[in-house]
Amino acid sequence: MAPVDKEMLTQFLLRMGDNTLILGHRVSEWCGHAPVLEEDIALANTALDLIGQTQFWLGYAAEVMEDGKSADDIAFLRDAWDFRNLLLLELPNGDFGQTLMRQFLFDAYQSILLPRLMKSSDQRIAEIAEKASKEVAYHVERSAETVVGLGDGTEESHKRMQAALDRLWPYVGEMFASDEVDAAMAAAGVAPDPATLREEYNALIGKVLSEATLTIPDSDFAHKGGRTGATHTEHLGHLLSQMQWLQRAYPGATW
Amino acid sequence: MVNPQQHSPGAPPVRAALPDVAQVWTWLHAVPDPEIPVISLTDLGIIRDVAYEDDNLVVTVTPTYSGCPATSIINLDIETALRGHGVDSLELRRQLSPAWTTDWLTDEGREKLEKYGIAPPQPAGGPDKCPQCGSQHVEKMSQFGSTPCKAQWRCTACLEPFDYFKCI
Repeated sequence: MAPVDKEMLTQFLLRMGDNTLILGHRVSEWCGHAPVLEEDIALANTALDLIGQTQFWLGYAAEVMEDGKSADDIAFLRDAWDFRNLLLLELPNGDFGQTLMRQFLFDAYQSILLPRLMKSSDQRIAEIAEKASKEVAYHVERSAETVVGLGDGTEESHKRMQAALDRLWPYVGEMFASDEVDAAMAAAGVAPDPATLREEYNALIGKVLSEATLTIPDSDFAHKGGRTGATHTEHLGHLLSQMQWLQRAYPGATW
Repeated sequence: MVNPQQHSPGAPPVRAALPDVAQVWTWLHAVPDPEIPVISLTDLGIIRDVAYEDDNLVVTVTPTYSGCPATSIINLDIETALRGHGVDSLELRRQLSPAWTTDWLTDEGREKLEKYGIAPPQPAGGPDKCPQCGSQHVEKMSQFGSTPCKAQWRCTACLEPFDYFKCI
């Protein structure tokens, strides 16, 4: 197997950690605003799991980078162009249905990727994946159930869920748009090439979305630029200005 | 205590004998979970190992959920308890793998939970009965609850809502 390139490994870990960080932050925006108390609690708990996983991924990224930074430094002191999350995850929440549709589309991806990472040649990645995959199995169960409940629900909820899928679908393709980082990780046995996960992903979401009586748009067009950092949406900067303001206003502040 | 008189000149100063590992486990068994104080950290199954590396006591702890805010409080409580018992060379080590599972809850822990009104985890994925009235007519309200480790259920017989300790 090819040796692991440190720079490539760092990029891979940032992608993993930024995905959970940015989605975790987005989901936490629901705290106190969800349609019913139970859903509010569920969203906050999901966000908590995602932020917890972020600490593992970015904590490891910080160790690999060896420049004296912590997971917190990486989360709070980088600017938009240094983030490596999928564009899907930085989009504004929209309504409750759109939030849960996004959650499902990402949970489904993680539920396929993490079990593969449990077999990573990098022991640390395997351990984080083992821990996270248990939480993700729980998340995908709930988000899939909710997508089915709302998709196959009332006329209004069905309409909103179809609109959410239509809106988010062009952001799904980026998950599988592999590049030289993915090639290096695959060659070193660290992680699978995400392009190889697409078939299983399509089968999983196809099953759930059909049960939800929703129609997957007939287009493969994919917005890209999040996981490479090349072209984030304008929404990321606004998210960061809220997420990072305390460390920016009071550098080094601690609890 | 060793009598310093019995020591050869030039030997390092002698300290009180280190508490044995079984004693440390007993002390940890008395440390309550900060969010569900009815059970202890050992009932919860998150203390994975207690061992000495030379004179340094190493306690290995695994988190329940990645983002559980109790994790740092648990570490603080372990440290406070053991230092209170005179342990001064102490290290807490985090272990992610094997990942925590509710299979590690002790039988004693499960009993305490149920008595307290929290239905213990079941492999079937839901509580087998209402912890209040014992009825088997229960339904899920939400997959999540007041802490990451719990879900909300209710009893359709006595109509009381209750917490269910999620099975993972």
